[in-house]
Amino acid sequence: MELAFYIHIPYCIKRCGYCDFNTYTPAELQITSELKDISNSYIDLLISEIKSARIEVGESAVIPSIFFGGGTPSLMQASDIGRVISTIKDQFNLAKDVEITLETNPDTVTKEKLAQFLAAGVNRLSFGMQSAVPHVLATLDRTHNPDNLPQVTKWAKEVGYKEISVDLIYGTPGESKEDWQRSIDAALSLPITHISAYALIVEEGTKLAAQIKRGEVGNVDDDLSADKYIMADQAFTSAGFNWYELSNWAKPNSQSRHNIFYWLGKNWWGAGPGAHSHLNGKRFWNVKHPNLYKERIIKGESAVAEFENLESIQIESERLMLSIRLPSGVEKSTLNDKQILDLAGYVESGHLDQANWNLGRATLTLDGRLIADRILREILL
Amino acid sequence: MPAISIAKAPQPAATNPAQIRNFCIIAHIDHGKSTLADRMLGLTGVVEDRNMRAQYLDRMDIERERGITIKSQAVRLPWRSGIDNQEYILNMIDTPGHVDFTYEVSRSLAACEGAVLLVDCAQGIEAQTLANLYLAMENNLTIIPVLNKIDLPAAQPDKFAEELAKLIGCQPDDCLRVSGKTGAGVEVLLDQIVKQIPSPVGDPKAPTRALIFDSVYDSYRGVVTYVRVVDGHLSPRDQIQMYSTGVRHEMLEVGVISPEPMASKGLGVGEVGYLITGVKDVRQSRVGDTVTTHNNPAKVALAGYKDPKPMVFSGLFPLDGAEYPMLREALDKLQLNDAALVFEPESSAALGFGFRCGFLGLLHMEIVRERLEREAGLTLISTAPSVVYNVTLDDGNNLVVTNPSEYPDGKIAEVLEPIVKATILAPSEFIGTIMELCQQRRGIQKGMDYLSEDRVEIRYTLPLAEIVFDFFDQLKSRTRGYASLDYEPIGEEAGDLVKVDILLQGEKVDAFSQIVHRDKAYAYGVMMTGKLHELIPRQQFEVPIQAAIGAKIIARENIRAIRKDVLAKCYGGDISRKRKLLEKQKEGKKRMKMVGRVEVPQEAFIAALTTDADKVSEKKK
Repeated sequence: MELAFYIHIPYCIKRCGYCDFNTYTPAELQITSELKDISNSYIDLLISEIKSARIEVGESAVIPSIFFGGGTPSLMQASDIGRVISTIKDQFNLAKDVEITLETNPDTVTKEKLAQFLAAGVNRLSFGMQSAVPHVLATLDRTHNPDNLPQVTKWAKEVGYKEISVDLIYGTPGESKEDWQRSIDAALSLPITHISAYALIVEEGTKLAAQIKRGEVGNVDDDLSADKYIMADQAFTSAGFNWYELSNWAKPNSQSRHNIFYWLGKNWWGAGPGAHSHLNGKRFWNVKHPNLYKERIIKGESAVAEFENLESIQIESERLMLSIRLPSGVEKSTLNDKQILDLAGYVESGHLDQANWNLGRATLTLDGRLIADRILREILL
Repeated sequence: MPAISIAKAPQPAATNPAQIRNFCIIAHIDHGKSTLADRMLGLTGVVEDRNMRAQYLDRMDIERERGITIKSQAVRLPWRSGIDNQEYILNMIDTPGHVDFTYEVSRSLAACEGAVLLVDCAQGIEAQTLANLYLAMENNLTIIPVLNKIDLPAAQPDKFAEELAKLIGCQPDDCLRVSGKTGAGVEVLLDQIVKQIPSPVGDPKAPTRALIFDSVYDSYRGVVTYVRVVDGHLSPRDQIQMYSTGVRHEMLEVGVISPEPMASKGLGVGEVGYLITGVKDVRQSRVGDTVTTHNNPAKVALAGYKDPKPMVFSGLFPLDGAEYPMLREALDKLQLNDAALVFEPESSAALGFGFRCGFLGLLHMEIVRERLEREAGLTLISTAPSVVYNVTLDDGNNLVVTNPSEYPDGKIAEVLEPIVKATILAPSEFIGTIMELCQQRRGIQKGMDYLSEDRVEIRYTLPLAEIVFDFFDQLKSRTRGYASLDYEPIGEEAGDLVKVDILLQGEKVDAFSQIVHRDKAYAYGVMMTGKLHELIPRQQFEVPIQAAIGAKIIARENIRAIRKDVLAKCYGGDISRKRKLLEKQKEGKKRMKMVGRVEVPQEAFIAALTTDADKVSEKKK
């Protein structure tokens, strides 16, 4: 069986205003020790969890991808990242062409550190760029200097990374179309093979949500975001990046294998506090807080907080939900008459591709991608 | 002590009419009628202090909460007069206090010889009170003017004594001053009722005639009919007969209320009490009808009987279509107790299955709706109220339209609409604004009188349709709540009326069609399209909203197509969360009503159908 690994690194130097991920600053955790020590002791816990995963899934599993996400994985020592990779390698079988991605904050790395990560086994970097425009970054409460991006991607290329990705965010309050175009152009000028571009989601409980509520920051304009999506798609496509999921574009053969694993409903193990896993129709997730996680692991207990066994109708819902987001879409032969009838209206209105429909697939057009959830609600069982 | 014990008091069926006084209290909402009645119950000893509760006689929650009396009731109060030290029986007949129930009021008045005109001396007389006063004077009732709430700091008894004196043609000094709250002056009032109001006159040997002035359904006892015996007598062994229908009923019980029901040996001339016959539906025991006996039926009915006629119609639809059978059941049950309520099934393309209901007026409509929701636990959508239109087609055929969706397209020779005579009482500073409002509502001024230096009575004739459409709210808000309104139907007049339809993406939405005056069609169209534009969420296609008279579009708004409806991110941990979110949204989608291809949230229907513009606040995303 194939099993991808997601490794969660729940630490950031500072929390960004829009972020609702499961991440903590050392101050929040009241840790006074040095970053190096945090890295060391936290990785020990991860290694324990990975070893326990083998008991669950068996040692014969083949690992096609390891993804270090966060938080800020690049805060960790390269040697510690290396320890995780070699543990997985020891406990299971790495696929020959294994993809090992590290989410990287452009401010926390040097050329040397990038080289060390490469030496430790990382072969794909994903930089959190978000925007090239200072006032947009300020609204997002990001601290990095946009001028660092050309530098770090250049280093990455120089030290030998083949796969480099950047993440962008559009639709930040106050971001004009010109601002967004600047970010698009800046991203496309980098030596990269992959781009993720997400419309900003204002999550409950974040600093940004509070600012919007208080009127200090304007609200998100969905119509403008729609325009920006189209701008991005056009620019990326003409630069040779093809969409392979709603919010992801890649050069040929540079699609993230890890992402595709999620979207095809395959198996993966998430290690670390709050990380989600999926094994053959069972979803489970770890306790959220790093301290509680640590307690569980040290006691030799399972870190799982809760799980759900998906019923067949839920598995089908997820299949539709995930596959509609891909260019391959949903095969018509898997749909019932009512679903097909409901979708036919969207073919007529130009939201689903007519030619593919005739060939037996429901695939989103550019306009359709923008209202994918609406279309999905029609066919959810 | 003037109070006498109930056991020793003159007994029903054995009371000399000379000892009886039948009276009612005419008062506006909030002028303290219920509190005064409570005080009388206490003073006459029929309710002991420890059993007292506020608004003792108001039976329904809605009556207590709204401070209004919907149905009347009669209480037998024994009283020893402080003037002549003789024993008397006072029958206090409670009257409903609202314009919708004028007919019921008139029957209650017909059961009395006198009326206490009760006026809050901080506010002065109000329009409905004035209307009921005139009704009482037409019935030749003795009027005892009483100023209530003299304990209030804002009381102006002298000013309003002048006003009352002028209205009924007495001296200001003749006005009694009481406080229902403290009890001041209430004993004097009871003595004056005895002194001033004539005792009932009737022939005890004549065939029995008793006036039904109220009829109430009780789930345990069936219909309880309240009567005033005019001639003859009623006894528990009688077989009674309804004059209007000739239908016979066995008498199961006859009695008086004091203030709980007590069976008696019967009721004699001038007495007031109740009958129970096992009838299960108030329509078989109608207010205004004459009760007689089967053995010796009366030759002539008491005057004034008529069938209540619904004036205002509205569609009631369950929010959840599955509740339709429950709605029918609840309406059936309500009708047992409400002879004025009529309904028939109606189906609307937009709202599904429901009932077209006829009401006496707006308050009646509100009360029915509230009772359906409260007592049957239903959630309802009601369509905008409509009046009764009499349409003559070009081919000479006649058509009665109570539902705008049935209004014929074209080929109309003439439309008659109901007209009312409206009386508005208000401080004189509001004359201008009131006249402006009436003018806007196609009113024709009929006269104006000063009740006192700074209070006026303004009289207009107005189409009922204009009153039905938020007139009262407007009047209240323009006069800071000081104006009061009364109206009564006076006939029909031809009007230049048109039906405005509302179309969503070219499809007519029957629930929003409205019959309006031609001059107001445009304003209605603009208002409604604007409201719907606010309320209907964007769809995946553009949705034009149009207002049209026939084929002619008079107003238009466009709901732009939604551009973005997708969550950008969907990774490992997001999958469960996103699936659950979508499942929830899918549930929400099921609660949408489909108009053609347009999904309309039910809240949009509710909000668009309420006349209060302020309620349209929830801006769509």
